Amino acid sequence: MRYLPLTPSERAEMLSVIGADSVDALFSDVPAEARLSGPVAGLPPHASELAVERHMSALAGQNLSAGSVPFFLGAGAYRHHIPASVDHLIQRGEFLTAYTPYQPEIAQGTLQVLFEFQTQVARLFGTDIANASMYDGSTACWEAVAMAGRVTKRKRAVLSGGLHPHYVSTIRTMARFTGDAIDWRLPRQLGAPDDADVIAAIDGETGCVVVQYPDILGRIPDLAAIAEAAHAKGALLVAVVTEPVALGLLEAPGNLGADIVVGEGQSLGVGLNFGGPYLGLFGASEKFVRQMPGRLCGETVDAEGRRGFVLTLSTREQHIRREKATSNICTNSGLCALAFSIHMTLLGGEGLGKLARINHARAQQTATRLAKIPGVSILNDAFFNEFTVILPSDAREVVRTLADRKVLGGVSLGRLYPDATELNHGLVITATETTTDDDIEALAMALSDVLEGVPA
Amino acid sequence: MSAFNAAGWRPEMGDAGSASGAPTASGDRGLTLEEALIFELGGEGKCGVDFDEAPADPSPALARFLRKAPVPLPGLTEPETVRHYTRLSRQNYAIDLGPFPLGSCTMKHNPRLNEKVARLPGFADIHPLQPQQTVRGALEAMNQLAEWLITLTGMHSVAMSPKAGAHGELCGLLCIRAALEAKGDARQVVLVPESAHGTNPATAAFAGYRVENIPATADGRVDLEALKARLGPDVAGVMITNPNTCGLFERDMKAIGDAVHAAGAYVYCDGANFNAIVGKVRPGDLGVDAMHINLHKTFSTPHGGGGPGSGPVVLSEALSPYAPLPFTVRDADGVCHLVEEEGAEADGHAGAFGRMAAFHGQMGMFTRALTYILSHGADGLRQVAEDAVLNANYILRSLEDVLDAPFAASGPCMHEALFSDTGLAEGFSTLDVAKGLIDEGFHPMTVYFPLVVHGAMLVEPTETESKAGLDRFIRSLRSLAERAKAGDQSLKSAPHFAPRRRLDETQAARKPVLTWRPPQAGA
Amino acid sequence: MTRYFSKDHEWIEIDGDTGTVGITDYAQSQLGDITFVELPAPGQSVEQGDSVAVVDSVKAASDVYTPVSGIVTDVNGALEGEPELVNTDADADGWLFRLTLSDADQLAGLLDRAAYDAYVAGL
Repeated sequence: MRYLPLTPSERAEMLSVIGADSVDALFSDVPAEARLSGPVAGLPPHASELAVERHMSALAGQNLSAGSVPFFLGAGAYRHHIPASVDHLIQRGEFLTAYTPYQPEIAQGTLQVLFEFQTQVARLFGTDIANASMYDGSTACWEAVAMAGRVTKRKRAVLSGGLHPHYVSTIRTMARFTGDAIDWRLPRQLGAPDDADVIAAIDGETGCVVVQYPDILGRIPDLAAIAEAAHAKGALLVAVVTEPVALGLLEAPGNLGADIVVGEGQSLGVGLNFGGPYLGLFGASEKFVRQMPGRLCGETVDAEGRRGFVLTLSTREQHIRREKATSNICTNSGLCALAFSIHMTLLGGEGLGKLARINHARAQQTATRLAKIPGVSILNDAFFNEFTVILPSDAREVVRTLADRKVLGGVSLGRLYPDATELNHGLVITATETTTDDDIEALAMALSDVLEGVPA
Repeated sequence: MSAFNAAGWRPEMGDAGSASGAPTASGDRGLTLEEALIFELGGEGKCGVDFDEAPADPSPALARFLRKAPVPLPGLTEPETVRHYTRLSRQNYAIDLGPFPLGSCTMKHNPRLNEKVARLPGFADIHPLQPQQTVRGALEAMNQLAEWLITLTGMHSVAMSPKAGAHGELCGLLCIRAALEAKGDARQVVLVPESAHGTNPATAAFAGYRVENIPATADGRVDLEALKARLGPDVAGVMITNPNTCGLFERDMKAIGDAVHAAGAYVYCDGANFNAIVGKVRPGDLGVDAMHINLHKTFSTPHGGGGPGSGPVVLSEALSPYAPLPFTVRDADGVCHLVEEEGAEADGHAGAFGRMAAFHGQMGMFTRALTYILSHGADGLRQVAEDAVLNANYILRSLEDVLDAPFAASGPCMHEALFSDTGLAEGFSTLDVAKGLIDEGFHPMTVYFPLVVHGAMLVEPTETESKAGLDRFIRSLRSLAERAKAGDQSLKSAPHFAPRRRLDETQAARKPVLTWRPPQAGA
Repeated sequence: MTRYFSKDHEWIEIDGDTGTVGITDYAQSQLGDITFVELPAPGQSVEQGDSVAVVDSVKAASDVYTPVSGIVTDVNGALEGEPELVNTDADADGWLFRLTLSDADQLAGLLDRAAYDAYVAGL
């Protein structure tokens, strides 16, 4: 078998060195009744690379890929153009098949990348420091709530209505078991975000306020005002960025008073991948460093005085602190962090700014065109590359009908909030630099036809 | 004070000695290349991305939100970027270069077909929230992997959404907690062996439990009598790794399961070492209620320098109703659906405890793992376990005369061999042997874990190591053991030949520098 | 002023009803380079045997247990910038915190220097 180097004669030779009659003798500690006499029943035997490729290609072929049709989905996962060199570089065996850099002398490649990544994330977020990544934006968001609890010693979190419902759900699930009180709310279908509701909900027991920027409907909260209100009551502001490209245009949350900034890094370098693997970004003020979860890479020197990098402040982590660790996380998202870092290096700050402006322009163009369709209105006062349209009928059905016509026309609020019937005419539309004029026209025509009941 | 540093690690920089050879003007030396940080490569005004259109001014509605200056980050053109990361990559050891015998990490070869398949547009370029009718193939692929995992382990169902092993551990414990709460029988304690991986007690604490240790017997296994004595109405579950972190099969696993179930508790199995028994033994036959599987260990998805991983959790019939959202179900027509809505009552899942992360799980790792599983098939996977165990025993018996192996006398090991620092010369440690291995051209084995053995060295070759590769490794480790026992001082300052000498981890912890700052003027 | 020791390698120097607590030189030598010390908060009420501080080295974190009950009055702020003081001068400049004793009888259960030195010799 192509992945197994041992030959039968080598196995026999090794058994004689070991002094065992057969490989089964090496499994003698397994109780006889638990030892299977042959391969597990009901499963097929080995297959050639050709056969496996055929099988998996057939499965892939049953999916409608985003690049093959007009595509307008966002809501926490974004389709951007990834420069070709990113994927080539991350497939170098020295990156792809390396391990967590616990032996720093032979892992300076990974470690230097992590140091550069941490710096890029901190600068993007406007925070002092950032960690070496978490699983994804939603778990990073939960970890931020938990960290705010450790820092403030309070057990209440206020979640804005604009926070992604999957993030809300993740936090509420974890809080069921940690005993944190979560004050959450649905988004209100208004042109402006729910800053006033959030500020009104902050009290003296609140450990943190969690605000997504831009929010799930594409609106942009006033983080500075919310930060001031939170700090006045001794609470921290956790800002959540699900679309880091937005930070090429919008002010960084850390510069607006956010104490912890988390996000989803998938937009840069990683790709859609049907929801995973993604990339959790986590930045915070330096004064909170010892309460931060996740790995941290730091600069130091070696025995010859040369600069080098190591994982540091490890006593926060599970392999040392065990039950008192700041998180149980071990494996994080190293290769995705590398991809993000390479893409960010290719762009630079100025390039990110240009990319952001193009994204915003595409979204504006899309909104203007859709607003011309009778019965369709744009909800947002302001937006970056994602906005909400209100349709005259159930948006989830419209999306399914559009899909049958090979148009992937956004994410309905009904999909995100199945129980909130008051939101079920809402549809989140996203455009990026990959959206073409033809895509926009195709969406507009298809949507008009569907709303008028014109058959396909 | 609590016990100091029981495993015996000490930071020792060693004496640097003189750098070999004359200095060069570049600082590079042949193919040994230094590389600056991107912030030092002069990236003002550079960009490796061309844009087709001139960026327009933003809408006035955004005026008050705009940043005042670009993000202060450098760019590099494509040739500079490719060079930067290629040069950095050459400072890394990797599986592609040689053996990576890290115990409990299962650093096996990462097949390239996995990478090709994961990148098919039908898998890579689909959005998690597309209407389900447009992603039937993806849901089918998830379901096929789920069915393989359930059948291989002899369990009832699998929760696919956990993002890595530790996340899977949390999922399993939360299922247990949800099951007990549903019975009105909330309990407070989880029992964990002293030899357990740190994620086990960390996870139990996060799930809201108090952690108590279960002692080990002299032959390195869980003390069944001590465990039985401790079980009671306050114990929610036990977390067992099998094979355990000493590389030994827990012979009493079934008896442990029976005792735990009789006491109204559940058995969580840490599946990190599944590579030793995949296709040969089913955890479901041993009384396991929940077990996470590390796809990035047993099922060959790449480690990537620290992730991403994937930690699906197989569940017993008793725990299946409590799995988190979302999950896939196959309907009567064989079509796979994604169930993601709170309060879902499909297929007996009314007790789902909620969602653990956004979207549906690590699809990119699912496609890679399924590709690997289909390649091996049931017979190949069984051979994987056999070769993994054979390779580890070959290493154990080839070195037990020169390195202390605390459990070698009690029988075979499983997929990893455990040695200790007993017998090394005064002042010589496991760390010195590990750093010496770097000079020999290998990544060191796992060191100072498990904590129950002093100066532990845990060697896991995996099944993808050739006999010739094993023999080279054994020769090097034998040489190092002999040098450490003889008190060879040069080991104290190893490595000598790696891109860096030993690094000052004390300074890194005392004065953390976690981001780049421009050097002070005049510095 | 009298100094007492615990078998967990803490020392406490008594002056009236105030105690100054640190870890012993033996303890710091076992820990290796100390990288950080987490100290209690002034005003905190502590019971004998509670973990009230944590001493971090690069690869380990060790709890420090208070040898007596009382109220913490102040902590050694110098350790924030110079945790290595615990290595270089565990017995004096590397002190951790001070407290007002609530029960002087607890001192009877601690060791004097001779008893502590004998205990360490036997380890």
